[in-house]
Amino acid sequence: MERHHDSATVSIAEIRSLLKEVNDPEVPVLSILDLGIVRDIKVDGDKVEVVITPTYSGCPAMDMIRTEIGAALGRHGYGNVRITTVLSPAWTTEWMSQEGKDKLKAYGIAPPNPLQQVCHVRPFQREEAVQCPHCHSYHTRLISEFGSTACKALYRCEDCKEPFDYFKCH
Amino acid sequence: MSESTFLFQYVLHLADDVLILGHRNSEWTGHGPILEQDIAISNIALDLIGQARNFYQYAAQLSNEEGISATEDSLAYLRDGWDFRNCLLAEQTNGDWAKTILRQFFFSAHQVDLYAWLAKGNDTTLAAIGAKAYKEAIYHLRWSSEWVIRLGDGTEESHARMVRALDELWKFTGELHTPVPYELWATGAGIGPDLSLLRLKWEERIKNIFDEAGLTYPSTQWMQTGGKEGRHTEQLGYVLAEMQFLQRAYPGCEW
Ligand SMILES: [Zn+2]
Repeated sequence: MERHHDSATVSIAEIRSLLKEVNDPEVPVLSILDLGIVRDIKVDGDKVEVVITPTYSGCPAMDMIRTEIGAALGRHGYGNVRITTVLSPAWTTEWMSQEGKDKLKAYGIAPPNPLQQVCHVRPFQREEAVQCPHCHSYHTRLISEFGSTACKALYRCEDCKEPFDYFKCH
Repeated sequence: MSESTFLFQYVLHLADDVLILGHRNSEWTGHGPILEQDIAISNIALDLIGQARNFYQYAAQLSNEEGISATEDSLAYLRDGWDFRNCLLAEQTNGDWAKTILRQFFFSAHQVDLYAWLAKGNDTTLAAIGAKAYKEAIYHLRWSSEWVIRLGDGTEESHARMVRALDELWKFTGELHTPVPYELWATGAGIGPDLSLLRLKWEERIKNIFDEAGLTYPSTQWMQTGGKEGRHTEQLGYVLAEMQFLQRAYPGCEW
């Protein structure tokens, strides 16, 4: 049902809750809020501005995410929506919500470890313990640093033998 | 040159480096030696082209402020070879996997320190782009370092291929740290790094990995330069012919 929003009814909290409907097209189990790419929401009269930041410089999903935000807010009667992109501060997996990490694991993707554990420049220095999302074993092995998308690496569990994606700490 | 022209040229140079290298890497998509590495090099290409977009958007904005119309697309697709400011290393052909790996390694070893520097430089836009790109460059450096070691310290065949790649590419590495006027300006303005200091870090990174890979750090001094000022090898023309074809043949085409 179409509603009209004027300045008295627009609240940032409501906009935020509507953004839960917008999922990351590459990892559809995560909303853009879970992912931590929504940096700010501004309301001025009936004007709404949503500020987002890309995960990686070349993230091909950004255009689609912008379109989806406009569509989701449009469905709830917000017509005057502007979506702006900022690069700084650079996105980090530290901004992913705990709820997001839990959803990832339930979906079969190992959630990112806390940042301080990795990100060395040294080759072959990845002693990062990544837990298998299927059997919870830490006995896992890196297959490839670059998985099906830039944000994921490919691992294999040495116990249950299943391959799985790891959402890289970044 | 005026301040704004120097800045525009500098940003364009940063953009062209990663666009051309990214395009070269993307030529592997569908042709990688194994699926995982096909995906890896394609992801690296995507990162680089994403970085290029950020730089081009800034360059276009600088242009527009001067009253010259430009967009990220016009800068990428509608300039000619002599307008490109990328290092010669970026445009060299892919050759075999060894040559592609080594080219990426040389670049990433440069980019991590360049981007780390930009991230704390005086230009806020370049600082934002640099901080983001730095994280990506670290992954690229680690990945390419591992491959240099794996191939250099691998079989007789893989070692021989690394040596050949080194022989082909080494003469293009000096340009990374040979400043041209817009880079000297950027250094003076606190916007870009002092390339002579970056060179020392780069040499150390290369030597460390070469030691592990069983490769000899070349003693050759002579270096080919010119790309950063628009004097390119014949290789760039082939890249542009393919990359720009669609926009040249069908101006403004979208899909
Ligand atoms: Zn398992």
